[in-house]
Amino acid sequence: MSYHFTWSVLWSGQSGQWLLQGIITTLEISILAWLLAVALGILSGALRTVPVAPLRAVATAYVEFFRNVPLLVWMFFWYFAAPPLLPEAAREWLFDHGAEFWAATLALGVYHGARFSEVIRAGIQSIPKTQFEAGISTGLSTAQVYRLIIIPVALRLIIPPATNESLNLLKNSSVALTIGVAELTFQTRQIETYTAKAFEALAAGTVIYLALCVTIAFVMARVERRFAIPGMIARAGSAG
Amino acid sequence: MDLSVIYRNLDFLLSQGLLGIGGFVGGTLRLAFPAMLLGFVLGIFVGLARLARSRWLRIPATIYVEFFRGVPLVMVIFWFWFILPVLLRTALPEYGVALMAFVVFEAAYIGEIVRAGIQSVPRGQVEAATSAGLSSPQTMGYVVLPQALRNMIPALLTQFIVLFKDTSLASIIGYVDLTKAAQIVNNREIRPFELYLFIAVVYWLCAYGMSRYARHLERRLAPA
Repeated sequence: MSYHFTWSVLWSGQSGQWLLQGIITTLEISILAWLLAVALGILSGALRTVPVAPLRAVATAYVEFFRNVPLLVWMFFWYFAAPPLLPEAAREWLFDHGAEFWAATLALGVYHGARFSEVIRAGIQSIPKTQFEAGISTGLSTAQVYRLIIIPVALRLIIPPATNESLNLLKNSSVALTIGVAELTFQTRQIETYTAKAFEALAAGTVIYLALCVTIAFVMARVERRFAIPGMIARAGSAG
Repeated sequence: MDLSVIYRNLDFLLSQGLLGIGGFVGGTLRLAFPAMLLGFVLGIFVGLARLARSRWLRIPATIYVEFFRGVPLVMVIFWFWFILPVLLRTALPEYGVALMAFVVFEAAYIGEIVRAGIQSVPRGQVEAATSAGLSSPQTMGYVVLPQALRNMIPALLTQFIVLFKDTSLASIIGYVDLTKAAQIVNNREIRPFELYLFIAVVYWLCAYGMSRYARHLERRLAPA
């Protein structure tokens, strides 16, 4: 093999700064999309278990529609296909304010919201029905039972599969490079383009992704122990 | 909405993009099927190695699985895209790069499915086979794996749906799958809304159909 390793490309020139910016953008997009995904997931996941058929149908339609199409297609859709439908002024404003970033966040959040929904539904369905009935018989309304009993318990039960899904979201944020978001994978490629050192650039990006994943998994394992419900096995089914 | 753009390019989108019959070496299914098959073969070895008694098999297999599950697929595709030509000292077509990347990546996930499938076979089966005089490989081959495979079928089908959707990422190295085919048509026609909606519908029909079938299988194969 005639390849010469030049690891200094990672800290000489602008590389270090690019990597740092990439990490920040990856985290920004992941955190915003995560908040959206969790909100959509809790809402639609809870609605899929309520005894009102039309609400269940709407939530099911959302989940099945978004999770059966590749994320990349959603990125293209939100970035290339959706903006022309907006009014001229809104479109111009959007393209002056990082449209690719918002399209990617929206695509990632809505797509993973559908996947979170399945996790949360499985969590809710693993709670004994008697909890629901006991809540109703103490005089709470259905909405109150969900808000005060079912969802708080479900959220504690689903920490392992939800962590898994959150890591998937972080890794999937790399797809945003296809619409030009300067996240970590994008910056890795940029270093490769400028220095022609593919191995070093990719190794740096890979190590950073692994470090982020390992850190999150470690933190969530502690959170899981902290919030474990005594007497309940903290596994409520995995993501589909 | 001008759906005639779909109609005019329907043949290119479906036979070239989805199936892979046409001028380019491409096609979503032409990548997804071999990747699943080869990924499954490699995944069986990974899953078995994860359960091996020897730590010289178990530890590398665990590292393999944890590594590929901790790295984005986009990154893995770029690794293969840049590194394979250096290692093999020859240019490789997109199809070869994409296929190898998907096989190696999927094997990590399928390995976990295989492991879970093997672990789902009751321990008594192994003991019964051993006391009937079967050797360790015979027990695995004749008793454990056939039952484990049956238990794995729904999870494998779900994994195939994931793979089917993930093959869209092969378009970033220029592989002409359904997504790339839509991009090519869009560069000429500039009809992003119709085209991307159309491929979303095609992906959706395939993935949703398969997921319904997976759920049906799950119910049918569920142990009574």
